[in-house]
Amino acid sequence: MAFLEVNNVTKGYEGHLAIKDLNFSIPKGSIYGLLGPNGAGKTTLIRIINQITAADTGEVMIDGERLNPSHIARIGYLPEERGLYKKMKVLEQIVYFGRLKDLSKSEAEKRALYWLEKFDLLAWKYKKVEELSKGMAQKVQFILTVLHEPELIILDEPFSGFDPVNTELIKNEIKNLRDKGATIIFSTHRMESVEEICDFVGMINLSQKVLEGSISDVRNSFKKNEYQVLFRGELNGIPFEPKSVKREERLALNKAVFVIEPDKAKDLITALNAQVEIASFSEELPSIKDIFIQKVEEGKNG
Amino acid sequence: MTILGPVLIAVFYGIIIFLAVNDSIGQETENILVYDQSKVVEGKLFNDDMLTFDYASDWSKKDEDSLTFGKYTGRLFIPDSFNLYHPSGVIYESEKSLSVEGKQRINRRIANAVEEQKMAELGVSESAMDSLKTSVSLQALTLDEDGKSKSSSTELNTFIGMGASFVIYFFIFLYGVQVMKGVIEEKTNRIVEVIVSSVKPFQLMMGKVFGLALVGLTQIVIWLLFSVILVGIISVLFIGDNMGSIMEMAQSGQTVPVEQLDALGINSMMMNMVSGFMALNWPFIIVAFIVYFLGGYLMYSALFAAVGAAVDAETDTQQFMLPITLPLVFSIALSTSVVMRDPNGVLSFWLSIIPLTSPIVMMVRAPFINLATQWWEVALSISLLVGTFCFTIWLAGKIYRTGILMYGKKATYKELFKWLFYKP
Repeated sequence: MAFLEVNNVTKGYEGHLAIKDLNFSIPKGSIYGLLGPNGAGKTTLIRIINQITAADTGEVMIDGERLNPSHIARIGYLPEERGLYKKMKVLEQIVYFGRLKDLSKSEAEKRALYWLEKFDLLAWKYKKVEELSKGMAQKVQFILTVLHEPELIILDEPFSGFDPVNTELIKNEIKNLRDKGATIIFSTHRMESVEEICDFVGMINLSQKVLEGSISDVRNSFKKNEYQVLFRGELNGIPFEPKSVKREERLALNKAVFVIEPDKAKDLITALNAQVEIASFSEELPSIKDIFIQKVEEGKNG
Repeated sequence: MTILGPVLIAVFYGIIIFLAVNDSIGQETENILVYDQSKVVEGKLFNDDMLTFDYASDWSKKDEDSLTFGKYTGRLFIPDSFNLYHPSGVIYESEKSLSVEGKQRINRRIANAVEEQKMAELGVSESAMDSLKTSVSLQALTLDEDGKSKSSSTELNTFIGMGASFVIYFFIFLYGVQVMKGVIEEKTNRIVEVIVSSVKPFQLMMGKVFGLALVGLTQIVIWLLFSVILVGIISVLFIGDNMGSIMEMAQSGQTVPVEQLDALGINSMMMNMVSGFMALNWPFIIVAFIVYFLGGYLMYSALFAAVGAAVDAETDTQQFMLPITLPLVFSIALSTSVVMRDPNGVLSFWLSIIPLTSPIVMMVRAPFINLATQWWEVALSISLLVGTFCFTIWLAGKIYRTGILMYGKKATYKELFKWLFYKP
């Protein structure tokens, strides 16, 4: 069931069309990766969902209702360009933003302290934001975004500026929030993170949708029937022609890539078994990064 | 700053006034060498520590460079043709140009010397001259609706009017610019993106405008209280024992004959001031001050907010600041000249009605306005002001809404005009 539906949304800015006839369906309780090259129209779509600007045509539905001001309290938004009031104190600022989203002062404060402790920032609660390091400030901004327990969380490049440890921290938080029932839209260029935590992906290129589906479906639809074998020994006269063979020194193994029909995989394994010692046999699914690049290339040529 | 503010301003003005009054501070004596061919003023020019005259009799030496010896600031030539009834042809030469003041001073000395001799010739004695000099003391009264007269002090009215309008001018600038800076800060550190996902841009803008309005009002109230206390202290110090009787007489609103005041040892001008003070329509002045401050501030700060939203950095604000600050500066400039001299004249009237200039000009007029007969002027002025600030707020709202999320666009007037029509 879709929590967020984008139906035929079009938006233009004097002279150029930012997004054209977009259709997206974001399932409830999922982590949805929104991908696209720079300038594709992602930010415009996000701004429409956040009611910062309005669509020219088409509509956005949240949980079955047309987009309206009551949804503001149910959505959390972490913009790509981070920004906080520098001279305001950490705790004060979190509470302020919580109240902007309809939390009571005491409730906001309670939750703020919970999150600050979780992120190990309690010692900084009375410090001004300008005294924090960039990573800490971004954690604070993350807290701001999720404080009011929104049902829909939109994160635009949430990991930018984080070291690997903090990136893991945030990734885990995102998964926790999803497990608690939130729907999360996650816009990024970091393809590895998409593969790691997203359930679904959607891609915009040149103002239009070019891709949508669950991660496995998408990867499968792009698969090229490539199988990778890591082995010891020599391939002599097996009835399959490998696409490539090379030596992987770091693994002290040989690697061969075969392109065959899926139903022939069993036969390939049998044939290989007879000849060599198989260390690993796996289907090569294209990475999201490869798919992304491919789609963008298509867009350029199309 | 709130407490320090009035103190600093008082100190500054004190210094300025002190220096203006005591113009002899820091000046050296100027010596002038006089060659008086006519012999009319020779030896008769008055000397003091500012200006002294030496007389040379040897004409042949007049072209010598006595100036370069540094002894004389300049030299004065009085030709043979100079006499008491045709005192002309005087020439002053110096290395440094003569200032207006210097010229006047020399003129006066020569004129005095001539006058003295004229008096002697006409047979007028010095004591006769002194008794001719008169200073008239005039008490100004305004009529209220019952035809009764209340005394008012012109000097005091002017002072209060100018003071109030200057405070409004200052505050509109101060807080208007703060609104603009706040808008720019939010825009440059991108916090506006997050906020606008929770509240409408218009609400954000108005929140800022109102918030600062309250800060301004609070500061004004504190200053007013301060001034009242200060005035109280000063009056006790300077008027002292006569306080009670002065207050009584002032409150009675009646004119008191000068002789009676003299008997009490009270300066009649001081009396004028105090009774003028009491007679002023204080409720009107204070309410007008607050109304015009708020109206003017709302009108101008909306424009400042729009400017802040249109640019990407503080440095770009210059081109927009000029048209906004012009009417303000214009109002003050005209206030100190035209309006101050003729508060109820035609130009003053129009300037106090036109919304761009009215907050300042109306305050200059305020102590001079007779509410009973002129209330309609005030009502018209205020309604126009309210209408105008509603308009500027609406205008600013549109520009703000589009501008705060737009980066990198060169802000020109044409661009801003287009923003007025952008859909949200």
